[in-house]
Parts: sequence; structure tokens; C-alpha cells
Amino acid sequence: MSGRMKRLDIWSLITFIIFAGYLVFLALPLFMLLIKSFFDGTTGEFSLAYFHKFFSKAYYMNAVWNSIKVTVSVTLLSILVAGPLAYIMTVAKIKGSATVRILILISSMSAPFIGAYAWILLLGRSGVITTFLSSVFGIRMPDIYGFSGILLVLTLQLSPLIFMYVSGALKNVDNSLMEAAESMNCTGLRKMWKILVPLITPTLLAGGLLVFMRAFADFGTPMLIGEGYRTVPVLIFNEFISEVGGDDGFAAAISVIVVLFAVAVFLVQKFVANRKSYSMSALNPIEPKKLKGFANVAAHAYVYLFTLLALLPQGYVAYTSFLKTSGKIFVDGYSLDSYRAAFSKVGDSIYNTFMMASITIIIITLAAVLIAYVTVKRKGAVANVLDTFTMLPYIVPGSILGIALLVTFNKEPLVLSGTAVILIAAFVIRRLPYTIRSSAAVLHQVNDSIEEAAISLGASTMRTFFKITVPMMISGVFAGAIISWISIITELSTSIILYTGNTRTMTVAVYTEVVRGNYGVAAALSTLLTAITVVSLLLFFKLSGKKEVTM
Amino acid sequence: MSVAISFKDIVKKYGDTTVIPELSLDIQKGEFFTLLGPSGCGKTTLLRMVAGFNSIEGGDLGFNDKVMNTVPPGKRNIGMVFQNYAIFPHLNVAENVAFGLQNRKVSKEEQQRRVGEILDTVQIEVYKNRMPKNLSGGQQQRVALARAIVINPDVLLMDEPLSNLDAQLRVDMRNAIKRIQREVGITTVYVTHDQEEAMAVSDRIAVMKSGIIQQVGTPRDVYQRPANLFVATFIGRTNVIEAQLEAGAEGKAVLRIGSSYTFEMPELLPEVTPADAVEVKISVRPEEFVLSEDGLGLTGKVVNNVFLGLNTHLVVELENGQEVEIIQQSAVSTVVDIGRKVTLAILSGTVNVYDASGERNLNRGAHL
Repeated sequence: MSGRMKRLDIWSLITFIIFAGYLVFLALPLFMLLIKSFFDGTTGEFSLAYFHKFFSKAYYMNAVWNSIKVTVSVTLLSILVAGPLAYIMTVAKIKGSATVRILILISSMSAPFIGAYAWILLLGRSGVITTFLSSVFGIRMPDIYGFSGILLVLTLQLSPLIFMYVSGALKNVDNSLMEAAESMNCTGLRKMWKILVPLITPTLLAGGLLVFMRAFADFGTPMLIGEGYRTVPVLIFNEFISEVGGDDGFAAAISVIVVLFAVAVFLVQKFVANRKSYSMSALNPIEPKKLKGFANVAAHAYVYLFTLLALLPQGYVAYTSFLKTSGKIFVDGYSLDSYRAAFSKVGDSIYNTFMMASITIIIITLAAVLIAYVTVKRKGAVANVLDTFTMLPYIVPGSILGIALLVTFNKEPLVLSGTAVILIAAFVIRRLPYTIRSSAAVLHQVNDSIEEAAISLGASTMRTFFKITVPMMISGVFAGAIISWISIITELSTSIILYTGNTRTMTVAVYTEVVRGNYGVAAALSTLLTAITVVSLLLFFKLSGKKEVTM
Repeated sequence: MSVAISFKDIVKKYGDTTVIPELSLDIQKGEFFTLLGPSGCGKTTLLRMVAGFNSIEGGDLGFNDKVMNTVPPGKRNIGMVFQNYAIFPHLNVAENVAFGLQNRKVSKEEQQRRVGEILDTVQIEVYKNRMPKNLSGGQQQRVALARAIVINPDVLLMDEPLSNLDAQLRVDMRNAIKRIQREVGITTVYVTHDQEEAMAVSDRIAVMKSGIIQQVGTPRDVYQRPANLFVATFIGRTNVIEAQLEAGAEGKAVLRIGSSYTFEMPELLPEVTPADAVEVKISVRPEEFVLSEDGLGLTGKVVNNVFLGLNTHLVVELENGQEVEIIQQSAVSTVVDIGRKVTLAILSGTVNVYDASGERNLNRGAHL
């Protein structure tokens, strides 16, 4: 029974402070972006010129079509690749499946552009595989630059998300449903199509949306491997960076269009998913069975091949980081030159990353605990708005949030551009949702009566919160914080907009070194990032006792 | 220090919906009082108003003579046992029990002494250092109870405390609860939807429906003299049969069931001796039917028989097509075959007579 007394207490104050934070660092910047897009940059008058320019020139519309093509293809391909993968891993006994799951997870945690650059090293014009095949067999590999390269990189990068989503859903499908279908003579593919696919459709939609948004917003991959294949994030970046001061109004206008588009996709997904949702929990989950003969070989081949391809980029980058270099070129032999160079040339970026990520994660942990509590246990109008605010970063691409923050905080009264504060604010806003969701998930399990018990025993609101509630949700908080942490240190699309010489992060350094062709240093830094990610993930598994991550 | 609890014209609303309209009730000091009713009847709402977790939209809630309406839950000095126990999962048994004492700034030594004492009372002192997840349902229940009473509350509140336990344990625990309550002598308000449980533990029971108290009385009262047909059917099993009340010899009331079965009803209220026949409903418990040997009674045909060890249940279809349920001790009779014609007599002293609407019990001594 509900009916908690509405009291003006410390929680109202906390809610208000968090709310104010979101208003200043999310709502206001997005609003400023909207204003900027509707007013002429030089005259300051209201004008639709930016929008007119965008929709009338084939150059810009072309980028939109490119983006849509990439995004839709990546989403569909990810589902086609990872759906069967999850199914196989659920129904079939695969040797080393626990390790495979962790490896797939690790592959999804790196920054996508590192994949792009690794695939260039492998399959590019002078890539190792390309040269090997052409010199030994005389086979010419198809061109990896442009659409096909982006598709390859993003699909391999994002399909693990679908894999994790679908695996989770399949775990909740009760085996008796399958047996019931079989008892009614519905077997094989027909059983899958009639029973399994409808049951996991909501999950496919949710995972699909996540992949869609990430592919749509990704900036580093098309920038590196696209070679002139312009997508919208590339367009925005070019407009904004190349014409600073002059025409950032136009970048704002594109951003507004992109956000509206993303919101529309989000709402359609929500509408469809709501009509198709089931609540399931399996008493007897599907047990993996040992397959026989060809099916067994095929299942293993599929799983191992995918894992290999997904890990290949990071693996190869790590390998090259230990190669001897001469100038920018890799030469025969192994050395730690690249690491030495990385620490001496861009050591500050390592320091910056750790410093800013640490501050961010402290703020995120505090805020997530409070927000999760307010939205789960103190339902109300304000809590609902807060909930929506925390969802926004899923929809607003990172580069757009970067631009929005920059146009808002580059003038009085609050000049933050060029400081670490603006980067930290962006990180907090973008990576907070992981920790909130993980904390809220635990909190949902905590029955209201636990708090009521504490209060009835004479504990104050704050004592109840700190002595009872926080200890109970702490595992979820830490688990979420680790995921936030990993996603902060691998963040590129916002940092590339917001960084200056003093606040360069590791991912920005990797990106710029790759662009300059300094592959050794880039590889060393990337490998460092991967190492931190792996260590953090191991910590996550240890702390949460889980074998998977909810994104 | 136990208190008496008084509800005066208490109103509970959720938005525009009134859940409890003007309810009045007095619970005595030291009494084991049960709120009993089907789900949604407002019993938990009422309990949570006593606890302070639900606001009160009208009327006064008093502990002794002190109005408690706006006193926050933590300041009411209540002990509460929740349906799901609400044991703090990150604290061990002793820490759980000590939590309320810590809030009351009781000294460490005193805490230890009282925790030890109460764990002894609820018989779980050996599990003192266990974490809750290593306890069985019944043990968790005892921790919840110990935690609630260790603070010497004025009132002990229990919200369906046994509903998560299996049948046998439920019986053991309700005996334990009753024993402990008697030992510590706290005014106790107990909520349940299980009528057998209510009868087993309570000094008095309030039967509720749709936010309104139907009857308050001892377990014996509510079972033997239910105030209306709702109470009669909710508490125990019963057969409701249409009948007529007629004036008999010397102004005595006579009950007529069907065409030929009549018997005198001497124990009715004085004002219900009718001149003309009136329609009434009677409530006959399955054990109030006996198979008649002399041919006097209601005739019917056995349509089902269920042997349950101690008792045998019979379902008999009467001539008018109504099916009635009968309980016989298995020992006193052999199983009656399905299809056999039988005659049923009613033990007239125990039968309850209601007006045609079923709202009012016409027997003497059956008042609210």
C-alpha cells in the first residue's frame, strides 16, 4: 500500500540540488543550442537560414542519408550476428563459454575508434593481412575504407551489446515454455520463430535502440576509416571545429535536427516495446546441452570466430605496442619504445584521464545513490522529471552535448570552456545513467518495509538512509560505478570537442596520434586503456559476483 | 508500558477515494486484538495508521488519552512486525535486534543484556551471530518479533506476520506469538486474512469489510453468533438457507424450512415475534446438520462424499436444488454412498437467523 506522507524534508532539498545541477548542465545547454540554431550568428536576428541551408544542400542531406544507412545496417547486422550467438551460447554447451563471455564483454568496452584504427592496420591499404594476401596469394582485398569499414568496425564493436541483452532475456525464458511447445508438436525452427523470438522481441528492441543510438552518435570510427564518407557527427564536428566563432550556429542547427531525430526514434521504439512487453522469470532456465556432430562443430566455430574477430583489433594493437619503432614506422624486433614515448610525449593525458575520471566517478557515485533513491523510493512529479533527465544522455549524442556545453559556458557569467570542470560536467551527465540504473535495480529489490522497520524503531530519516538503505544498495552502486568508470576513460566524442592542451585525455591523445600516423604511441596508450578496462572489469566481477554487465 | 488505543471517527482517503469512512473502535490495554477481513478491506491501512505510516484524513487516533494523529512513526514507541519480516540483511541477528535500542541511546551493556534476554524469550539465542540469509523463515520471523518487542513498545503491531510461512510452521509460530505476547503483556494489534489464525491468537477480533467493521467480539462470539451473513460466511464455513419465520403456539416463533420442516426458535430477539410469516435467512454450519433417524427434517440426496480422516464431508442436494455441506465425525458413521436419499435435521439451539437482507442477526445475544 502506498500513501507515504508527503513531508518537506532533507530529501526535498537533495532533489532540488540535483535538479538544479541537471538544469544548469543539461537543460540550459540544450536550450542554448536551440536558441543558437534559430538566430543568425552575426546579426543576432531570428532566422531559419541554418535549417534552410541544411535541407537545401545535397552535401548535408547526403551526410544524413549516410548516417541512416550506417546506423540501420549496423543495427540489423548486429542483431543478425549476435542474436544467433546468444541463442547458441544458451542452448549449446560451448567449451570455455565463461571465458568467451568475458572476452566478448571486454571487446565491447573499448573505444570504437580504436577498432577502426586497428582494422586499418590489418585490412587497410598497407595492412598486414592485405599485404600478406596480395604478396602470397595475389588476392586483392576489397576496399575497407568508407561504408564497409564503418559497418565492419561498428558491428563488431556493438553486437556484444545485443549479445548481452539477448543472453539476459534467454536466461529468463522458462524451459517449460519450450517443452510445452514441443508437447504440442511445435519444434525446431518453428518453435524458435513462434515462441522464442516473440518472447525476446522487447529485448531485441531495447538492445537495438542502444546499438542504433551508439552507431548514430559515433564520431571516431567514420572519421578514421570513413575517408570522406561523411556521417552526421563528422559533419557537426567539421562545421563546429573548422569554423569556430564563425558558424557554430549552423552546427547547432544540425545538432537540433539530430536530437529531434533521435528522440523520434526513441519514442517509436518505446511505443512498440511497450505493446510487446512480457514479464518473465524462469524457474527452470534453459540448460545448455552438448550438441553432437556437425552442429557441435558449427556452433563452436561460430562462437570462436566471432570472439576472435571481436578481440582481434585490441589484440593486434597490443601486439604492435611492443614493436620496435623507428620514427613513425614499426621495424623488426620488440621494445618498450612506444611506452616510453607515450609517457614522455603524452604522459599528461594519462594524468588528466585519471584525475578527471576519479573526480567524475566520486560525483557520479554520490549523485547516483541520491538520484536512484529519489526516483525509486520518493515517487512524484519531480522524481519523474528527474528520471527523464537521467535518460536524456542516452539520446543526445556526446559530440552534441559537448557543443551545447561549449556554447553555453564560453561567456560570462560562467566561463568554463577550456577547464577540467566542463569535461567533468560532461562526463558526469553522460556516464551517470549506468550507475543510477545499477543502483536503482538493487533498490527496487529492497522492500519499503525495511525502511519503515528502521523508522518504526526510532531511527531518523538520515540514519535510516545511511545505516540501512545505503549498505543494502552499495553492491549495485559499485558495480555501476565501475561501468561508468570504464566508459569515462574510453570516452571520445565529447572530450574531442571540449579538450584543450591542458585537459587532453588518453582517448583524445590516441586519436590525435593515430591521425598524425604515430601508431606506436597510439598503440601503447590504447593498450594501457585496455589493461585498465580489463582490471576494472575483473574488479566488477569480484565485487558484484556477476558474470555480465547491464548497459 | 502498554496503552489502550482508541479510534474516533477515523477517516482514510486516497485522493478522492474514501477507503475507511468514520470508523470507531477501542482496543484495551494489554489486549491481543485482531483485524480480520478479506484483502482490500482496509485492515492493513488501519494498522499503518496506528504505526504512523499512513496519514489520517479525519477523526482522532489516541494512545490512552493522547491524540497521536501527527506524531511521526519513530516517536510513537511502537514495535512493528512486517509481512516480509523486513530484517536488515546486512546486519546479523543481534545487530538487527539491537537497532532500535541504539536509536534510543541505551548503553552498550544494557543493550547486550536486553538483546540476550529477548533472544532467549523468542528462543533463537543460538543464532545470535548469524546473518539473516542463513536463517529459515520461522527463525527470521522470531528475529522480527524480538526486534519489535525489545524496545518495550507501547503497542505491538503485526501485519500478516505468518503469511509467508508454510502450514505447519504457521501453527507453531502462532502459538509462540500468543505465548510471548502473554508473557510481555503488550497491547497487540494483529492483521490477518486467515480466520483460523485470528481465532487461535486473539482476545478479540474485529471483522472488516470495505473499510467498515462488521463485528467486534471474542473468537467464540464471531463464530457462534455472527452479527450478519457476511461474518457468518467469512468466519468458518456455513450453509445459507431461505426460511420463513411464523407465529407458533403461545406466541413462540417457529422456523419453517421448505414445506414440511418446522421447529421452534425460542432464543430470538423479543421484537421479532411475527404475527404473519416473514422471509428470513438462516445460517447452518456444516456441523449443525445431523442425519435424521426419525424422518423429520429436510430431504435430499447425497451428491458427493469426501473422507478426510477425522471428518467426512457430505454434499447433499436438497429438494429445491440447493446443495448443502455437512461434516460428520468419521468414527460415528460409515461413509454414506453417493446417490442415497437422506433426511437432515438442524440443531436448533445453535442456528443463526438473519433478516431477509442478511444484515441483522435476529438471535438473542448477537449484538455488536
